[in-house]
Amino acid sequence: MSVLTPIAEDLWTNEAEPRLIGGRLASGTIVFPMPAGDAAEGVERYPLSRKGTLWSFTRQDFRPKSPYEGPGETPQDFVPYLLGYIELSGEVIVESLIVDAKLEELKLGMPMELAIVPFNSQHTTFAFRPERGA
Amino acid sequence: MSDVYIIGAGIHPFGRTDHRSGREQGVFAVRQALDDAGLEWKDIECAYGGSAASGAADIMVNELGLTGLPFINVANGCATGGSSLASAQYAVASGAYDLALATGFDKHDRGAFNADPKTYGLPEWYGQTGMMLTTQFFALKIQRYMQLHGISRRTLGLVAEKAFRNGARTDHAWRRSEVDLDTILNAPMINDPLTKYMFCSPAEGGVALILASEKKMRELGADGVKIANIAVRTRPPNSFEVFQPAISVQEGGKPTVLASKAAFEGAGIGPEDVDVAQLQDTESGAEIMHMAENGFCKDGEQEQWLAEGRTELNGKLPVNTDGGCLACGEPIGASGLRQIYENVQQLRGRGGARQVPTQPKVGYSHVYGAPGLAAVAILQR
Repeated sequence: MSVLTPIAEDLWTNEAEPRLIGGRLASGTIVFPMPAGDAAEGVERYPLSRKGTLWSFTRQDFRPKSPYEGPGETPQDFVPYLLGYIELSGEVIVESLIVDAKLEELKLGMPMELAIVPFNSQHTTFAFRPERGA
Repeated sequence: MSDVYIIGAGIHPFGRTDHRSGREQGVFAVRQALDDAGLEWKDIECAYGGSAASGAADIMVNELGLTGLPFINVANGCATGGSSLASAQYAVASGAYDLALATGFDKHDRGAFNADPKTYGLPEWYGQTGMMLTTQFFALKIQRYMQLHGISRRTLGLVAEKAFRNGARTDHAWRRSEVDLDTILNAPMINDPLTKYMFCSPAEGGVALILASEKKMRELGADGVKIANIAVRTRPPNSFEVFQPAISVQEGGKPTVLASKAAFEGAGIGPEDVDVAQLQDTESGAEIMHMAENGFCKDGEQEQWLAEGRTELNGKLPVNTDGGCLACGEPIGASGLRQIYENVQQLRGRGGARQVPTQPKVGYSHVYGAPGLAAVAILQR
């Protein structure tokens, strides 16, 4: 089995406890992801907090069409997944997959933490999960 | 700028029409609008129109006639219809023309829209990981709204139940059967808290409207409805819109609120003066949130409004009288003009089985779409 590679380069930091890479605009506003190309001019690379609180959430109950590249190939082997927005206090509210939770367990404002997780047979991606021990 | 009137309105039934292309459905609507106004195609002096997925509108001249008129293609996402109407209105209000056409049509594949990240200036991973779906945005927005403002799942169901009840009375609607509340609430979930009956589907259809100067309307002795104001607005800073990998921690403005305020100011009236409203209801939650964003109620009051039936055909403010997007489906290029068509019919008292009984004098319509834009039109009798 080959080693999984990140779904995109420079989306999170390469460190023991990875952080998503956002950008700080000249105005001080924090954005995610870090802008690319000409839009990156004057934007400072800004690794984001690993912890935040749940801002909103839902569950994807049908298999998205292309460009979705999640595991499985047909509507029959599709497994619904959770996603939401996580507020990183004072920084930015990030949209993310949510893992290690059930829909019924999710509540607005609950503490969440970043995790890098397997996504499909080729790639890892970022996700948030309920903060352990919180 | 002088007043502009809608003197002809035509529609091709929404839904699925296998034997007609999107453009053919547009042509059908144009011919109906011409008949309605008592005009011929050669009378039309300029035209604006578009579709999202069915090609350029100016090709319609092949079918309608090579009269040499200027025909401007409009491509403005969900606001294509609203932008066509606004452009046609400017053309007549400026005095350059006396008769203009605004038209929109579309024909989409079955199933949810699949957007290409590049088209929206977004990174590929956003689509690859399954976060770039319009349905998710609406679910995420209403999920938070429900918890902050005390809206129940039952109220989401009541919106859909009303839509199908109105659709059952509407000739141009796609869904013509009523669906009871329990069925709606217990249907398969699409994106929690929204079940499959709470979402509209991509569809097909065409709409055409003929605009005239006041002088021309009198000359023709036509049955016109005045365009009191049209406002189209794109998103302000820090807003929460469809297709956003991240949003600001500062709570920003909303394009719907901006368009609504501008249209009310331009028309010189307020929400309390509106007799019938068509509000973008791509899903049940959108209708609820748009009631507040357009100024008709405060956040949270929708719970009581729906419980009391205030948005029913015989209520204080009938909303989505033809069943809206939920019952008609959403052919993007035609959807915003369908709302105008419906208000024209209601203000002329031609609503048939779905006619608002109080002789409405002011009709309000609102569309919202990616990447964060809104269009509002206010019509007056």
